[in-house]
Amino acid sequence: MANKKIYKTESGELVYGVMAEFANPAELSHAAEKVRDAGYTKWDVYSPFPVHGMEEAMGMKQTNLPILVAIMGLSGATIGFLFQYFVRHLAYPIVHQAKPTDSWQVLIPVTFEFGVIFTAFSALLGMFVINGLPRWNHPLLRKDRFLGVSDDRFIIAIEAADEKFDAQGVKTMFEKAGATAVELVTEEADKPKVKAAH
Amino acid sequence: MSAINPDQTTAARLAGMMRAPEPPRVDDPVTKDGSLVEDPSVRAPLVLGNRTFNDVTETVCGYIEKGPGRWWMPAFGLASAVASITGLMVGYLIITGVGVWGLNNHVDWAWDITNFVFWIGIGHAGTLISAILCLLKQKWRTSINRAAEAMTIFAVICAGMFPGIHIGRVWMAWMLFPIPNSNAIWPNFSSPLLWDVFAVSTYATVSLLFWYMGMIPDFATLRDRAARRLMRQGDSAPTLPIVGVRVDQLRALIYGLLSLGWRFSSRHWHTYEKAYLMLAGISTPLVLSVHSIVSFDFATSVIPGWHTTIFPPYFVAGAIFGGFAMVLLLLIPSRILFPGMKDLITLRHLENMAKIILTTGFMVGFAYAMEFFVAWYGANAYERDVFIYNRLMPPFLAGEDGKYAPYWWAYWTMIACNVLSPQVFWIKSMRQSPLVIFIVAFLVTIGMWFERFVIIVTSLHRAFIPGEWGMFYASWVDILTFVGSCGTFLTLYLLFTRFLPQFAMSEIKNVMPQANPHWEGYGHHGHGHSTGAAGGSHAAHHAPQAPKEGI
Repeated sequence: MANKKIYKTESGELVYGVMAEFANPAELSHAAEKVRDAGYTKWDVYSPFPVHGMEEAMGMKQTNLPILVAIMGLSGATIGFLFQYFVRHLAYPIVHQAKPTDSWQVLIPVTFEFGVIFTAFSALLGMFVINGLPRWNHPLLRKDRFLGVSDDRFIIAIEAADEKFDAQGVKTMFEKAGATAVELVTEEADKPKVKAAH
Repeated sequence: MSAINPDQTTAARLAGMMRAPEPPRVDDPVTKDGSLVEDPSVRAPLVLGNRTFNDVTETVCGYIEKGPGRWWMPAFGLASAVASITGLMVGYLIITGVGVWGLNNHVDWAWDITNFVFWIGIGHAGTLISAILCLLKQKWRTSINRAAEAMTIFAVICAGMFPGIHIGRVWMAWMLFPIPNSNAIWPNFSSPLLWDVFAVSTYATVSLLFWYMGMIPDFATLRDRAARRLMRQGDSAPTLPIVGVRVDQLRALIYGLLSLGWRFSSRHWHTYEKAYLMLAGISTPLVLSVHSIVSFDFATSVIPGWHTTIFPPYFVAGAIFGGFAMVLLLLIPSRILFPGMKDLITLRHLENMAKIILTTGFMVGFAYAMEFFVAWYGANAYERDVFIYNRLMPPFLAGEDGKYAPYWWAYWTMIACNVLSPQVFWIKSMRQSPLVIFIVAFLVTIGMWFERFVIIVTSLHRAFIPGEWGMFYASWVDILTFVGSCGTFLTLYLLFTRFLPQFAMSEIKNVMPQANPHWEGYGHHGHGHSTGAAGGSHAAHHAPQAPKEGI
């Protein structure tokens, strides 16, 4: 990407992208399909809850998280087993009821718990890593309209970093797809206005 | 209402100055609040009162932003006063020694372990609702899972205290964990007591992760609402009395940090849902394993009355039974104290939980019967005597030898509360009445405490040799420690209702009919929008209203 275009507003602010609001999940899904078919790659759909069928409408790939979690869970169980074996057989063998200290059966419950805790942490932390969280600042989070997503709004945003990005073209496409509002998002977006709106 | 511009209404609501209007309450003779639909082809609505997405946000966030009501402060004061008794009793115990309890050489486990198993059992309902009902795609779980998960964490906190303080020398509690030390002593990994340490601490950790993960989107909602109010109110925003910080600034900061910058992206949702499903998948065997391992503490011993293979499933069923009872004990008063909740926790939810109580009550009853069968069929004289003369036989039925069970009243309390009282749920009107459900849930909670008391104390007080027979009498410290633990539980729960979202908002929105892109209200697939007002106004694009009857 040698000749990457950098978009700026007339006042010289760096452009993050363009966002559009849609009235409801149905409109949102249709619009997402249109954006997908138009061939954009750096874009996202924002909704207060995971909209059914959105993965398909956006043409998303399945996440690799389950593989990561499976590997971590099994490693956790292995670590747990070996650790107990070390403690029970090598570090501090306690013979009771004349039972061998290297039996594996008694190690199962704690091995299981080790596996569970590794699985749980890797599922949660893996989700954060894949999603790029925590990230406490984002150009979109400075937009008043965008903050409504956490309540009942539905928004699609296309980033300026997308190769096919063209502010006017994106705006026209959104409007054709039935957007109720289209807004430009800048990197150093509007500071919170200390004034009552309307 | 009609004279106000809808924009102003929305602005007022966003500013936290106005609650969403109460919808007219339907009171149908058959479906009651509209959720008890009998027709199997009709899906009962999960959210009542034609609620929009915004109404759900308003209801749930409103109680955090404006406070739950005047009752909260006195309730919290009372609960935390009771909770402080725990601190006093534990302090007294540590300073003086375990002799302040009623334990003795015959009954060396009593209320401490009874309370531990009681609380850890209650802690099972939360994960059951979040994990197992999630895997079974039971959508009604969305309105109760958050409160149940919170309750789980608090119950596990209460449970975790008891093994910690019953070990005698509390300052040696670290030896429960496999930590390298100068004596080169390691714990015994073949002991169920050590498995228990791992099972309970894993369970507490995973439940906490699960609970937190579910709350991330809701924290983001609270953050955004605070941020928007700050933008709108500016300098007129309310401030805290002494420090002079704006309340919403504090909210935006704290909820913002907790939300980790969640921004409701569909790509994030995709990974999030996968991770949530995996947590549910791993929590399901975990929740079943925890009480199984707790039961190993007893089942692997040789004490008659404990040495039973039925213990693991019996304990798990009992835990679900007792846990659901506690969820109902908390949610039924919540429906009255937080009126907006009646749209989210419908009578159908309560009825479903009543049915689970009935089912698990049967499982527990079956286990009680099976224990007797095995005691008889196993032909072990000690075990038979434990069941008949340690538990069952009341003095007025004693034979010519005059032998009877001194703790017969505990055993029969357990049977009456756990096996008999849920039977009222066979009658439809009973399992649809919140008052009856509350009473039964209360009885079940008492019964489940007595179940653990019966298992532990009645088995121990008369073991093999008559020379080691003796009674257990609870001391005042025993009683007050338990009362204090109830206060601790209630205090934590009240704090939860005050500062954290009591419902999984994003999950509830997701099960509302209008969340489905193919909902009939949106017309045919593929057609463009027809909304007249382009851009601008927020109020114009409210999500369409749900139909009156469920879909």
